[in-house]
Amino acid sequence: MPARTSWIPYALIAPSVIFLAALFLVPLVQTVWLSVSAGDGLSLENYRRMAGDLNFALAVKNTFLLTLVVVPLQVVLALAMATMVTKLDKGRDLVLWVLTIPLGISDLAAGLAWLALLQNTGYLNSALYALGLIQGPVGWLSQETPVALFFAIVLAELWRATAIVLVILIAGLQLIPKEFAEAAEIFGARPWTRFTRITLPLLKPSLQSALILRTVLAFEVFAVVYALGGRNFPVLAGEAYVWQNDNQNYGVAAAYAVLIMAISLAATAVYLRVLRTRPEQLP
Amino acid sequence: MTTTAADLTSPAKNRAMALPSARRLLLWTGLAVLIAWVLVPIYLVALGAFGGRLGVFRWPKSIWPSDLSFAAMSQFLAIEGVFNALLNSLIAAGLTVVFSIALGAPAGYALARYTFRGQNAYRLLVLLTRAFPLAILALPLTVSFIRLGLYDTPFGVSLIHTVLALPFAALVTQSLFMGIPREYEEAAWVFGCTRFQAFIKVILPLALPGLAATAIFAFVISWNEVFAASILTVRERTLTAYLLRILAESPLHYRFAGGFILIIPSVLFIFAVRRYLFAVWGIASK
Repeated sequence: MPARTSWIPYALIAPSVIFLAALFLVPLVQTVWLSVSAGDGLSLENYRRMAGDLNFALAVKNTFLLTLVVVPLQVVLALAMATMVTKLDKGRDLVLWVLTIPLGISDLAAGLAWLALLQNTGYLNSALYALGLIQGPVGWLSQETPVALFFAIVLAELWRATAIVLVILIAGLQLIPKEFAEAAEIFGARPWTRFTRITLPLLKPSLQSALILRTVLAFEVFAVVYALGGRNFPVLAGEAYVWQNDNQNYGVAAAYAVLIMAISLAATAVYLRVLRTRPEQLP
Repeated sequence: MTTTAADLTSPAKNRAMALPSARRLLLWTGLAVLIAWVLVPIYLVALGAFGGRLGVFRWPKSIWPSDLSFAAMSQFLAIEGVFNALLNSLIAAGLTVVFSIALGAPAGYALARYTFRGQNAYRLLVLLTRAFPLAILALPLTVSFIRLGLYDTPFGVSLIHTVLALPFAALVTQSLFMGIPREYEEAAWVFGCTRFQAFIKVILPLALPGLAATAIFAFVISWNEVFAASILTVRERTLTAYLLRILAESPLHYRFAGGFILIIPSVLFIFAVRRYLFAVWGIASK
């Protein structure tokens, strides 16, 4: 079956290994190195400046809050979408296409689309005005309305990034043998029981990869936030961007990068542990 | 690899028939809401993009299009730098496609056809990239890119975008090649083809649609990426980097025009690869 080991596979993977080493592993080490070197020699100066910055605590709080609200909502919404779509008969492909459009949309473009809806003279305000709920244009995205701005960002993130969870979950649902649900139905299990006892446990590997992907991306959220609120809503990646581009301080930017990486790795580790599937549990 | 959305319809059909009409109504209402939820913001940003300056400040707004014109859009495209940024985005995305296929497809082929020492280490390297916020890695690259003359070029941007797209390309092409029986190749060898000829003449034509889908995904990944592109460019900005930079000072209708231009290719591409979407993501997320 498998061909004998020769030099061919090594020659085939070598270019990508070299590439990933140069542009993934090296910058990874560089980032850590940059963050702990200040002036001459090692120090934690960059981390001290990062933690001492006025926006730091706010950025940490905002990023975590956003991730903790957005990611679970996305999973629930995607599960609901997937369940509805699998019940479809006619028009299934068309519905799926529409629901997955946001998959290809940039976070910046998503922020701008919701800006069109939510800006002062935008469509939300026009609708509220037509209903007689407000007297004139109201600002939702300024520093004075942090709660409204937060909800705006949550909406834009839900709109943009639920599609990727949906696609992963539908791909996972296809792997579950239909006989399981049919057998349960014969034994009188209600739809909700079938969903929680059969679908969800068997969907665990897909849920795991969807959660890892979305959580890592949620911690580097940036462009959506900037498009909607500018710097009114500090987040970690945004602060890294400001330190790098506006303040030209690569050390502190690297410290932010290390922090984001550490959080992402920790989250991945938690998901791998909590949602692990033993081989014998697979269908 | 061969499972597409279409394969799923048969069991779903029976269930849909069994649904009582009240529940069907509920189902379609829910779906209509979801479809509106996806499409309405795109429609509204399009109105903003073609409505011009007056459209943005009209109050209260109507959701029906009125006095739309291409003037607003062509004005935006005529702004100094916009066209150049568009061009840079296309170059960076094109190069990302070339690099990620050129580097990823051979690796995918090796993983599909050979067993070799270090195979698992390689898989681990590829999977490891997923646990990291990759765009952030552009931060330290600034210094080395300046030194190498790659800073502020679409080529430099495409390198970091390839890091994003390459693991994806390797995993997807692996299962793509696994889906093509190796007997086909062996038959070609018997008829006197070299390994290379057999690959070009037999395997490549069969793999082409899947490779095209992978290429389109690589394109979209690069086209949409904001953070790394903004960090690594100053004058030769990509469209996303350009839009991010001018966010604070540009009038709203220009922002909407930019957003609309960003969205259009994505919508078309997702339509082009819709048959492969689930197969591809099912594989890439294992």
